[in-house]
Amino acid sequence: MKMFKRVAICAVFLSGSTTASAVDFNVEVINLTNGLWYTPFLIAAHPEGTSLFTTGQPASASLQAMAEGGDISFLVTDLEAIGATIAEDPAGGFLAPAMSANADLNTDGTSNVLLSVVSMLLPTNDAFAGLNAIIIPTEPGTYIYNIPAYDSGTEANDEIINGGMAPGVPGIPGDPGGLGGTGGTGAAMADANTNVHIHRNTLGDLDPDAGRSDLNSTVHRWLNPVVRVVVTVNEMVAP
Amino acid sequence: MRVRYQGATRFLSIAVASLFLAACGSGSNIPPAAPLPPPPPPPPTASFDVTVTNLTNAQPLSPIAVIAHLSGYDLFTVGSSVTVGFEDMAEGGDNMALLAEADADADSRDTGTGMAPIGPAGSETVTLTVFDSARPGLLISVGTMLVNTNDAFTGLDGAAIESMAVGDVLSFRTVAYDAGTEADTEQAIHIPGPAGGGEGFNADRDDQADLVTMHSGIVSQDDGFATSDLTEQHRFDNPTAMVRIVRTQ
Repeated sequence: MKMFKRVAICAVFLSGSTTASAVDFNVEVINLTNGLWYTPFLIAAHPEGTSLFTTGQPASASLQAMAEGGDISFLVTDLEAIGATIAEDPAGGFLAPAMSANADLNTDGTSNVLLSVVSMLLPTNDAFAGLNAIIIPTEPGTYIYNIPAYDSGTEANDEIINGGMAPGVPGIPGDPGGLGGTGGTGAAMADANTNVHIHRNTLGDLDPDAGRSDLNSTVHRWLNPVVRVVVTVNEMVAP
Repeated sequence: MRVRYQGATRFLSIAVASLFLAACGSGSNIPPAAPLPPPPPPPPTASFDVTVTNLTNAQPLSPIAVIAHLSGYDLFTVGSSVTVGFEDMAEGGDNMALLAEADADADSRDTGTGMAPIGPAGSETVTLTVFDSARPGLLISVGTMLVNTNDAFTGLDGAAIESMAVGDVLSFRTVAYDAGTEADTEQAIHIPGPAGGGEGFNADRDDQADLVTMHSGIVSQDDGFATSDLTEQHRFDNPTAMVRIVRTQ
């Protein structure tokens, strides 16, 4: 964790280059929250002009499957079709609060100059953490990105833990931390903004058997940022 | 005249030498003291003003702890447990033990404390000074409790300041963390600040996991947390403080 100590603050917005460049790098994801868990992360380097989501635009069906059920397989199929460099599920399952996981990527021989990271927060209806198509730094060093929670805009935030995970099915797929309740009557109707937007946080309540929500308001809320992404760009070895 | 004068001089010289030998004869063989060398100039130092401003609505910040250090010292890290001294600050607002721990650390270079809590919208400046030779790899960390909470704190975890020239300014907006050492009961008996007046430090570690995370915020009695003694006024969002570092020398 000492890698946080000396940070080269990123200069990613300065690079306007469109040429392909090989980068050998590591991506670490850290769950910053006190009580939320993450479904398997998808980490991908992909070509310029592509992205997994755009705020203010409707979510794709593939993004919806990730945000509502933690299923990254459709996004992986989409990314493979554009030749992306992909790392799936570096944590080997759920990522608990305060825990971290990492994966190595190498874009040698590709035109994958952008980096995206997505994962669903549990227990929520359709909240996800997203690093959205940042330019991968090429200068060796450590780069830190603190990222917020988005709402995919595709499902009402009813906060009812019922196992519902398929796209379009209401409810929350599961509660890995086991601190939620049952018997909630439903915290919210459909989102006012049905495009991808910054999540407005959960409500929860303190009644484990009834009330408006199955979430616990002292456990399942968060303040942004919710994930820290640490990109470490390695020195390239001369051929 | 000339010769006699010389003879007189020689005689005087011998007489003086004899006196000198006589004076030393009865004592030790300590040679006469050499003249003192001029005192060396003091080694150059670098000074940093660290100003913390409270950005919250109703969360006073406990007296700030400020530490200049190298990479071997760590104030806090998300995903790791804190020290007992840190727990004392995060649960009770008292930074004495924390600063004693830092002072005892081989990689600490200077420490300082605020003189009083910093109220909402208030600020305080603490000045740290290190030898210029200690600047390579120098970091600054800051810690302070949000006192109307169980164990929320904000601060800076090792900001790199080695490349700051005199007059340079670094500014950070810091977020609220949960020390992970005390359950977030929001009850007055567990809150040392003015909204509680209750217990500060308690060695029990009864949070969900004994690890630093981001803080999830205050729920409050106004939002259905019936046993909470905090009101909607005590809620906060990020960022919670601003830390401004100026190199002054």
